[in-house]
Amino acid sequence: MSERPERPDPIYFEPYDPTLAEKLYNPQKPMENRITDIGPPHYWQFLPPVIQRNYGKWKSHEILQPGVLKYKSETGDVVYVVRCGTPRLETTDYIREICEIADKYCDGYVRWTTRNNVEFHVTDEEKLRALIEDLKSRKMPGGAYKFPIGGTGASVTNIVHTQGWIHCHTAAIDASGVVKAIMDELFDYFGSHKLPAQVRIALACCINMCGAVHCSDIAVVGIHRKPPLIEDDRLEKVCEIPLVIASCPLGAIKPATVEVEGQKRKTVRVNVDRCMFCGNCYTMCPAMPISDGQGDGLAVVVGGKVSNRITPPRFSKVVIPYIPNEPPRWPTAVKWIKKILEVYSQHANKYERIGDWIERIGWERFFELTEIPFTWHLIDDYRLAYDTYRTSMHFKFTNHVETMVDFE
Amino acid sequence: MGEVKKHDTPLLDELKSGPWPSFVDDIYNYAEKHKKQAGFDILGQMELSYKNKETHWKHGGIVGVFGYGGGVIGRYSDQQEKFPAIWAFHTVRVNQPAAKWYHTSALRKLCDLWDHRGSGIMNFHGSTGDIILLGTVTEQLEYIFYDLTHQLKMDLGGSGSNLRTPECCVGMSRCEWSCIDTQDIIYELTMQFQDELHRPAFPYKFKIKVSGCPNDCVAAIARADFSIIGTWRDDIKIDQEAVRAYVGGELKPNAGAHSDRDWGPFDIKKEVIDLCPTKCMFWDEGQKKLYINNRECNRCMHCINVMPEALRPGDDRGATILMGAKAPILEGAQLSTVIVPFMKLEPPYDNLKNLIYKVWDYWMENGKNRERLGETIQRIGLNRFIVDVLGLKPIPQHVREPRSNPYIFWKEEEVEGGWTRDVAEFRRRHPA
Repeated sequence: MSERPERPDPIYFEPYDPTLAEKLYNPQKPMENRITDIGPPHYWQFLPPVIQRNYGKWKSHEILQPGVLKYKSETGDVVYVVRCGTPRLETTDYIREICEIADKYCDGYVRWTTRNNVEFHVTDEEKLRALIEDLKSRKMPGGAYKFPIGGTGASVTNIVHTQGWIHCHTAAIDASGVVKAIMDELFDYFGSHKLPAQVRIALACCINMCGAVHCSDIAVVGIHRKPPLIEDDRLEKVCEIPLVIASCPLGAIKPATVEVEGQKRKTVRVNVDRCMFCGNCYTMCPAMPISDGQGDGLAVVVGGKVSNRITPPRFSKVVIPYIPNEPPRWPTAVKWIKKILEVYSQHANKYERIGDWIERIGWERFFELTEIPFTWHLIDDYRLAYDTYRTSMHFKFTNHVETMVDFE
Repeated sequence: MGEVKKHDTPLLDELKSGPWPSFVDDIYNYAEKHKKQAGFDILGQMELSYKNKETHWKHGGIVGVFGYGGGVIGRYSDQQEKFPAIWAFHTVRVNQPAAKWYHTSALRKLCDLWDHRGSGIMNFHGSTGDIILLGTVTEQLEYIFYDLTHQLKMDLGGSGSNLRTPECCVGMSRCEWSCIDTQDIIYELTMQFQDELHRPAFPYKFKIKVSGCPNDCVAAIARADFSIIGTWRDDIKIDQEAVRAYVGGELKPNAGAHSDRDWGPFDIKKEVIDLCPTKCMFWDEGQKKLYINNRECNRCMHCINVMPEALRPGDDRGATILMGAKAPILEGAQLSTVIVPFMKLEPPYDNLKNLIYKVWDYWMENGKNRERLGETIQRIGLNRFIVDVLGLKPIPQHVREPRSNPYIFWKEEEVEGGWTRDVAEFRRRHPA
């Protein structure tokens, strides 16, 4: 086992020296004073003493109220955790405020969850109550909570998401703004335990799906709907044409030579009938921009999960093929997500995840109950599409079925 | 800092209201307080995106620090005249400590660094787990790296075609179900594979994630090329007294996860026994005793999740190794596939490291450009990957079901007499 440093490295208690790097780094001799491959700080030094003492000895836990957990150890020790949502995209001042809280109540220790929640740990109930009151009282100038408490049990916990327009060059939609709009609307579900099971929502701003949203109860995925533009005058200078051609999963790109202002230029042509708007060509070639304000928007996928609980992990399925971008609050997307969540909440059994519920009632019933229009876009025609065809008599007569009498 | 120029952002301003924490409010407060033009400019450009419904970042840009091929993502605005403070707005990925525990001394120092050398805007955390520092210029990159390594004892994370920053769940530090020491494993692997993390030499990205139990809180099975998920091989430990307390209503099912709705009194038959996917449980109402046929259990965690005071994973613990998960780009999404059903994981985890090296050796040699491991496995066939590449024995656990077609690629050595035949001899037996 790696050696466990018991306390945070003393270096962290020395103030930051803004001039040190200029003294150490010499552009003429880039290897001078260079430290490399040291890896991350050892995790052990950042564990609160109660966590170090009870590492691997935890016995059970209890959710005292939404967002507040109690862990009991075999040693008799107890630790309370308060979980708060964060925007993930945040400033150093926001992190400093977290530090201030952690210093005040938690001896300076704090952790984040995989789903962008921040967790504060205390060992006595009095501190716990004071911490909760303090967290509830902190608001932003616009009225938002800084540290909403929740995200445990049968709730909608924080959304995992990508960068969007704040930082990404392939984004078809924004990320942080859509997340803010969704979480504002579902806020009540973050801080309560009234759903049949936990609901994991995710967002990816294009189908590269950084962070893999494809196994979420509900997810939003940015999509393009127009074929890439082709900058003939620039393409051969900035792209490797064979790589661009190879990048297309449907073989829709072929090499071409065209004349631009009397000069022969090597470029490519796209067979637009075969384009599925994945944007992989743009990833390989900056001269094939695919984003378009009119064409881009989002798809909604549902029913996926990661946990092995009761049923195996499964992929989310597309239920709404396209909703236009509607900044700043994406009302149509938010409306449908809330509708899916509430129809699920009304109809599912206890412990049933969205995908398990749909599996039980059938997709045809899901579309009937949610009133989401079923269109041709939802029938798979990509790889392994056959696996999704209905090859049995087991279906229900929902309102989609019209009796066929005549066929002309 | 001199005068700062604010931009009108009527659309973004609408995201200040509502109960969920507002990144717009946060960034504005910060920019005002620190007189940071980058804060105003980033929101100004974002407003333009909200108006045009298109991103305003240029395609890519290769920047980095000397000797590393990853960890920094180049980013340039396509509105450099309007928003000069973000003309370059590179991302720095910083390798997070395992399970994302921190002491404020380290966080504050990192914040000071980022105020001084960047936009002051960050992500806690990126999707893969790194601390993300958003927004700096090329000239600052080496200084940031020197500050990180000299003053913070931190290092960059992965990007591009290399090992991405490994990530784990909370593990033994605060979870009673963790069957393996997820944090120690991640730390060991990250330290072992520093070269692979910093210097891209792979066909494409490679992700390693460790979850302590089949609940899989880091989504290893959905996201990682190499998924390590804790499990156990012996019997679930039962505290019959606590089971009776659940049945009697003294303990709240699922640790209180359903507290805001009246689901009626806890019904162990309906909520545990009948939902068990293998139907391997029995509640004897007369004896008030729970029986589990552990041989048939597939360790889905449901009963343990519902009655955490009463049931616990067994003591013969280890991990299942699964491989090949990825998002849909390009051949479609894949979940990881079981490769090693049970592996003991004890420090220094040499067995695990050797297995990873073996996979890399093959994939680096045979993977096509931008082909994830899962796609390579599909292309060559899971059977060949298991048997020929890894030298493992094929077992039913590797598949959900056997193939339905008999189109088997028999190997010549498996067939009596081989494939060389004499056509004349054949025709002597069977005149044409």
